[in-house]
Amino acid sequence: MRVDEQMMADLIDEKLSRDTVRSIQSGFKDPDRFDTYVAVLQSRVSWDERILMPFGEHLYVVARSDGSRVIKCDCGHEFCAPEENWKLEALIHVRDTEEKLLEIYPKMMHGHPDWEEIREFFCPGCKTQLEVEAVPPGYPVVHDFVPDIEGFYEGWLGREVPAG
Amino acid sequence: MAMVDSTRELEQSDTTPIGWEGRTAKEMLEESERLFAETGSYWGIDGELELQREDPIRYEKLFSRLRGGLVSARATALNISASPIVTELGELSFMLYTPEGDSVALSTGIIVHVHTASEAIKHMIRQNYEENPGIGPGDIFTNNDALIGDVHNADVLTMVPLFWEEELIGWAGAVTHEIDIGAKTPGSVPVGPINRFEDGIDLPAKKIGSGDELFADHVEAGKRGTRTPMYWTLDERTRVAGCHMVREAVERVILEEGVDTYKRFSREVIEEGRRTFKNRLMQITFPGRYRSAAFTEVPFAMEEQLPVYARTDSMMHAPTELTITRDGVLEFDYDGASGWGYHSMNCTPSAMQGAIWVQFTQTLIPNDKVNDGAQLGVRTNFPPGTWTNHSNPNASTGISWWFLIPSFTGFIKGLSRAMQARGFIEEVLAPYAFTSNVFQGGGIDQYGGQSATTNFGLSCVGGGAKMVLDGLDYGAAMWNPEGDMGDLEMWELIEPFLYLGQRVKASTAGSGRHRGGSGYETLRLAWKTPMYEMQNITHGLTHCHSGLWGGYPGSAGYRHNVRDTNFFELVEGGQEYPTHDGSPEDSNVERLITGRADFDQHTVTLPEVMSQGDLYVCVYQGADGLGDPLERPAKAVAEDLNGGYVLPRLAESVYAVAASEGADGSWTVDEGETETRRAARREERASAAVPVREWMEGQRTRILAHAEEGGGDFIAPVQRMYAESIRLSERWAGEYREFWGLPEDFDFPVPTPTVDLSKAMLAAQAAAEGAAASNGGGEA
Repeated sequence: MRVDEQMMADLIDEKLSRDTVRSIQSGFKDPDRFDTYVAVLQSRVSWDERILMPFGEHLYVVARSDGSRVIKCDCGHEFCAPEENWKLEALIHVRDTEEKLLEIYPKMMHGHPDWEEIREFFCPGCKTQLEVEAVPPGYPVVHDFVPDIEGFYEGWLGREVPAG
Repeated sequence: MAMVDSTRELEQSDTTPIGWEGRTAKEMLEESERLFAETGSYWGIDGELELQREDPIRYEKLFSRLRGGLVSARATALNISASPIVTELGELSFMLYTPEGDSVALSTGIIVHVHTASEAIKHMIRQNYEENPGIGPGDIFTNNDALIGDVHNADVLTMVPLFWEEELIGWAGAVTHEIDIGAKTPGSVPVGPINRFEDGIDLPAKKIGSGDELFADHVEAGKRGTRTPMYWTLDERTRVAGCHMVREAVERVILEEGVDTYKRFSREVIEEGRRTFKNRLMQITFPGRYRSAAFTEVPFAMEEQLPVYARTDSMMHAPTELTITRDGVLEFDYDGASGWGYHSMNCTPSAMQGAIWVQFTQTLIPNDKVNDGAQLGVRTNFPPGTWTNHSNPNASTGISWWFLIPSFTGFIKGLSRAMQARGFIEEVLAPYAFTSNVFQGGGIDQYGGQSATTNFGLSCVGGGAKMVLDGLDYGAAMWNPEGDMGDLEMWELIEPFLYLGQRVKASTAGSGRHRGGSGYETLRLAWKTPMYEMQNITHGLTHCHSGLWGGYPGSAGYRHNVRDTNFFELVEGGQEYPTHDGSPEDSNVERLITGRADFDQHTVTLPEVMSQGDLYVCVYQGADGLGDPLERPAKAVAEDLNGGYVLPRLAESVYAVAASEGADGSWTVDEGETETRRAARREERASAAVPVREWMEGQRTRILAHAEEGGGDFIAPVQRMYAESIRLSERWAGEYREFWGLPEDFDFPVPTPTVDLSKAMLAAQAAAEGAAASNGGGEA
C-alpha cells in the first residue's frame, strides 16, 4: 500500500482508523517508505542536521555539517557516534528495592531485586525515558543496535550516504 | 552363523533405491546440501523459476491446491481427537515435505513444528532408515525426541512417506500437542523431570506402522505410557488420518499435473520461499547488529523432593544477537548463553529452530506461502553446552518453552528496531508476554478416574504493545499464531476444578506510551476430587525481558492457592464468596477465605495436592509496553482505569495522571493538571537519576568484590549465571570484563558443574571424532 507523507504523518499521529492501519499492515510494503518516513520526521524536528536514519522513539542518527554522525534526540541533545552505545551517555535511575519497584507494579507482581533490577535511561536534555532494562545486578548495559549505515545506503538503496 | 548367512543368500534382496533417478534418499539429501553450499540456492536453482515463469497461474494454483489439501486435512482430522488442546485450540498442524525433508507447504495451526519435523525426516534419511527399518509405501513413522527433531516430548510427530510409482516423492507430516506425556509429573510441560528418562513417552524417530496401519505393539505402548490413554490414542489417529488425507491431495495433483511437474514445482517453490524471505528482509529492515538480553528463574532450592544436585536456584541467560547482513542473511547468535541444568527447561537446536520458524510466520513472512525456503536464509549459532544446545543425551527438555519463550523476545525487539529504522512503524512490536501461569496437574478427577491436564488458557496472554496501538489483550501465544483459550465449559468437563470467575487482571500489562496487552486471571475451585496434584508455573522473581523505547516489562506473577478452606461454609451460609482475586494488594480471596494459603512469589513449583474446596488463583501474564509512559494520552489512562487494566494508584505513580473517580465509579482525568504533574515528574527524574558512567564506577566496585570467594552481594544463582556464561564463551567473557574494566582473569568463584561436565563430554567427543577421522584418512 502506498503511504504518502500525509498518510505517514497520520500513521505516526495515530489519526488513521484501525481499518486503514490494518490495510497498511496487510498490504504490499511501499518501496520508498524509508524516504517518506524520514521526510516527515525531518519536517518535525527543530534542528537543521540531516536525519540519516530513525533510531527508535525520539532518537535519530544525523549527519553534522562537518561530516561526522551522531545519535541525536528530538530535543536537540546529542549523545555519541552511532557505533557507540548512547545509553552510556544518558541518565540512569535503577529500581533495585521493593519500595522503588512498588511505584511501577502492584505488590507481589514485581521481580525480586536480588534477581533483577529495572534500569530507566533518560535523555539528559528532555528527561524522556528512552529505554528500560530488566536485568540482574551486574549486567552490562545492553548495546541494543549498531546500524550498518553504509551497507544500507550503498548496498540496499544504491546511493551514497548523505553528507549532511 | 553359517546357516543364517546361507539362508540370507537365498532371500530376495530388494535394494532398489527409493529416491529420484535411481538414487537413495540419502544421496538426494547429500546432493541437495552440496548444491546449496556451492550455489546458495535450493537445489542449485539459479535464474528464473521456470515453472513460475512459463505459467504463473498454474504455478499458483498448484500451491493453492496443496495448501488447501493441508488445511482441509487439519480441519477434518481434528474432529477425530477428543483432546480440547487439539479440537478447541487447534494445537495441531499438517505439513508437506520433499523427499529430503524440506517443507513445501503447511496448514495453519501450531506451525512451530514445520521445521522440527523436517529435522526428524532428515535424521531418518541420514541414519539410512531406507535400508533399515525400510521406507516404503504405507509406512508410518513417529518422533518426539528433541535431540532428533522436536521441541519437547509433548509435541508428537507423525510422518508418512509419499510414493508415486515406487519413487519417494515426499512426506506428509503432522503434529499434535498431547495433554499428558506420561512424564514424572502430570501434564504436557512437566516441571519436575531432571533428566531425559523422566520426560515421559520417548519416540526417537521410529517406524510405527505399515500398510497404512499402526503396529499393534506401538498402540499398546502408547496406551500404557500416558495418564490420558484415550486422548493419546485418538490424537495419533488424528495425525495418521490427516497425513493420509494430505497424501490423497498430493496424488490428485500429480494425476492432473503429472509427476514431473510436481517434482519441479516442489523445488521451485522452496527456492521461491528463500528468495521471498531474503527480499522481504531487505525490503522492510535495516542492516546491522541487534542485541538484547532475557532471563528467567529456576527456583528449586526449596524443592526437597529433588536430589541434592538438582535442588538449587538458577537463572537462565539469553543474550540474543541478531545480525542482518548486507547480503540479506539473518543471523541468530546465542554465544554467551548460560549452561544447561538438572531441570526440564533445556533446549536443543531443533527447538530453537522451531521457535525461529514460528516467529517468522508472525513477523517477516505473515502469509500462507511459507516453507523451508525461509530457513535457508538464516544462519544460527547455538553453542554446545549452553541451554540452547545442551548436547547431553541425558538432559531433560520437558518444558523447553520455559527458556524459549523469553529468549525469543530478543528477536521481536531486534526486528522491531530494524523495521522502525526503515519506516515500517505499523509492524513494530514490544515483546509478548510469557505464556503462563500453567494450570497443570493430575490425580483423581470428578468421575473417580485417573487423569491429567494442561489448561491452555495460557495461549491467550497479552500481545506486545505496538508503535501505533496498544497490545492485544488476552489473545496471543508466541508459539501458535492462532492462540485461543478454549471454552471454559470444556475445561470443566475434563478438570476437577470449577471456574468461579475469569476477568481482566489489572496492571499485568507493561506500562508505556502504548501499554502491552493485558493478562487475565481465573479463580478455580477444586471440585469432587479427593486428590489432584497441581503446579504453579510462571515467573515471579523476574520480568524476563524489557519493553521497547521506555516501555516497562509486563508484571511478574504470584501464587495464591488456599487449601482446607471455608468455601462451602460461606456458600451454605449464603455469604459472599470470591469470584476473583483482584489486586493482590487487596485480595478478595484473602479477605473472604480462611485456610492454609500459599500467597507469595514462589511461582515455579513441583506438584502439590489439592482437594475438594481448595482454591487456585491462576494469573495469566501481560505483555511489555512501548515508549515513555508519560507520553500516554491521559484519556487512554482513563480508559485503562474504567476497563480495569490498571490499578488507580499506579495510574498516578506510573502515568502521572490527575484522575478522579465519580459517584458512579467511572474515572475521568484532568488533562491540564496531568500536564503539570508530568512536567514535575520529568524534573523529579532529573534529580533522582545519575549519569550512567558515574553509576558504572560504583557497579564496577560492586562486581570486583566478588573476585574473592564469599565476597560481593550478588545472590548465588546470579553469580552462577555469570560464571557459566564466562566459562562457556571467551568472547562474552572478554566483553564482560572489558565493559566493567575488570582484570583479564576475573571470574565469579562459584562452581558450575554442568559446564564442567559439558566441557569434558565435548572434549571426549572431539577426540573420538578426531581419532575416527585419522583412522578414516589412513584407510584412504
